[in-house]
Amino acid sequence: MVIHEDPYDVAPVRLVAPDGTAVGDTDVGLKPDELRDLLRLMILSRRLDRECMALQRQGELTVYPPFEGQEAAQVGSAFALEPDDFVFPSFRELAAAIVRGVDVVEYLQYHRGTWHGGPYDPIASRFAPICVPVATQIVHAVGWAMGAKLDRLPVCSLAYFGDGATSEGDFHEAANMAAVFGAPAILFCQNNGWAISVPLREQAAGPIHTRAEGYGMPGVLVDGNDVLAVYSVTRAAAERARAGEGPTLIEALTYRMGPHSTADDATKYRSADEVKGWRERDPIDRYLKHLLASGAADESFVADCEDEAKEWVADVRAGITSLGPPPADELFGFAYVEPPESLERDRRSSTEASDG
Amino acid sequence: MAEYTMVAALNAALRDAMAKDPRTLVFGEDVGELGGVYRVTEGLQREFGSERVFNTPIAEAGIAGICVGLSLAGWRPVAEMQFDGFSYPALDQIVSHIAKYRNRTRGRTSMPIVIRIPSFGGIRGKEHHGESPETYYAHTAGLKVVVPSGALDAYRLLSLAIADPDPVIFLEPKSRYWAKEQGELAVDGPRMGRAWVRREGEACTLVTYGAMVTRCLEAAEVLARERVSCRVLDLRSLVPLDLDTLAESVRKTGRVVVVHEAPRTLGMGAEIAARIMEEAFDYLEAPVLRVTGYDVPYPPAALEQRYLPSVERITSAVRRVVSY
Repeated sequence: MVIHEDPYDVAPVRLVAPDGTAVGDTDVGLKPDELRDLLRLMILSRRLDRECMALQRQGELTVYPPFEGQEAAQVGSAFALEPDDFVFPSFRELAAAIVRGVDVVEYLQYHRGTWHGGPYDPIASRFAPICVPVATQIVHAVGWAMGAKLDRLPVCSLAYFGDGATSEGDFHEAANMAAVFGAPAILFCQNNGWAISVPLREQAAGPIHTRAEGYGMPGVLVDGNDVLAVYSVTRAAAERARAGEGPTLIEALTYRMGPHSTADDATKYRSADEVKGWRERDPIDRYLKHLLASGAADESFVADCEDEAKEWVADVRAGITSLGPPPADELFGFAYVEPPESLERDRRSSTEASDG
Repeated sequence: MAEYTMVAALNAALRDAMAKDPRTLVFGEDVGELGGVYRVTEGLQREFGSERVFNTPIAEAGIAGICVGLSLAGWRPVAEMQFDGFSYPALDQIVSHIAKYRNRTRGRTSMPIVIRIPSFGGIRGKEHHGESPETYYAHTAGLKVVVPSGALDAYRLLSLAIADPDPVIFLEPKSRYWAKEQGELAVDGPRMGRAWVRREGEACTLVTYGAMVTRCLEAAEVLARERVSCRVLDLRSLVPLDLDTLAESVRKTGRVVVVHEAPRTLGMGAEIAARIMEEAFDYLEAPVLRVTGYDVPYPPAALEQRYLPSVERITSAVRRVVSY
């Protein structure tokens, strides 16, 4: 039984096969150090993801949504963007945040429960707040892209969302508006096969990428576990957007190796065989084999990456575990620029009550 | 002296805001060449171009959602929902994002967004065209909620709302769209968040907003002939609520009747009555009464005057509290 093959008849864009051999033009315009950096970022991401799972189990984080298995989809796409582009994540895009240079300890405050969606600086990092209401962030990405187009800036936005999000009305409204307004936006679907416990076949009766045609934009299907292919198609979409040619819908076929979140038991709804099949398509193993075979990286580089990851993850852990609650006064601090007087009164009485 | 309908005054406020700040955008369904179904945006696209004044697809969640992205990109969106009853698909974007974004980003972003919604009944409209959605928004922390009652104040309030750094839900009473008011358009005067005493009186305060201000003034006129003098307080802003002026009114008149079109249960009247208890209980001479719409879906044209607070219902409530 073949259970981990591509779900559609059409083959995705793929440059490197699961065994690491090149099956397409792997010259995607990246220099050797950039090629190595993709590997480094994927290794850092995976180590941090696993550390976050451990931190959650140890009670240092609240519910955490792991992304293991989706490193290539996130790192490859985020790496294709320029510093001034703007990313609109959902809630599983920690790897993309790492690529974008988001302060990871600040990011993890969300999962620490010390603050909501955007504890980091979303404007400075060009990385919008973590977004849990499914698909709502896609519309924001389109709005931002419309604004950038009005300013005639050579930039684009990229919205991350999952296969489940494509069932939401906001996905449709965002895709339609992006196309109607020619917004320089990339709609990047990480199709990981599962929306919590609901498989894609119960979520949608047709492919996701082909919906693009109905909206009047290109749709691309890519092997989401092939970091070079993901980089390549995202780069092309970004160049289209910057050239004023409008949005692109990318469907990246990938798989989350872990549960939806630490509150979930994935063994209840999917088979060990299926997970094993995807382990054989692991994005990091694949790219590592490819880089070693091509000579772009050697074992010592990989060892350096692992050392760096170990040290970095320890620093992040120390940063996270030393995070206390925010000042109580912040409860009232940010809801309004100009808060109602009644709220100011509540703030004062709350402070007096706790002080006294 | 100049004379304005509320539609003309709102149109002027949009025009002046766009002329003043080139980052201001106006968009929504049919707001372009048509000028919106109520013509509030008439002529704006011709004057400011189709980049700053544009039609959107029929996608209310999308309209609200792009406000977020446009704000992050440094624009000031003024979005129009075509009708109250069609604004509900946008609630998720408004409640989950527009209202919360500044808080979620620890104050690092702000959402200077105005969402205009033609609201309330009294125009013999079809179903879904007579809704009073104010409580949904007033109950959502992070939003401001504003309701003008006449043309001149509509100009002022919309100008202030567009200049405000926080997101503002701007509810326009459709039944007052074509009512004329004489005077000059000016931003000077009561700020957003302040109530406005529209008529002075000693026996009872009628607390109200939107189209019911006019009806309360009519009721006050009737009562004046019975030597019952009513103060009419036009709230203008439901969030923030002007607690000072509310308390001052209670201290002055000792009696309060709250009047609104929205259904009674958990309407603004409930909040106002509770605030009065908290702020000025000792000055109350009688229980606070409410004259409101009923707890039924907004009725068809043939029954809407039975549903809406009438002069008779208002005067009757005032007589009750005055004789308490």
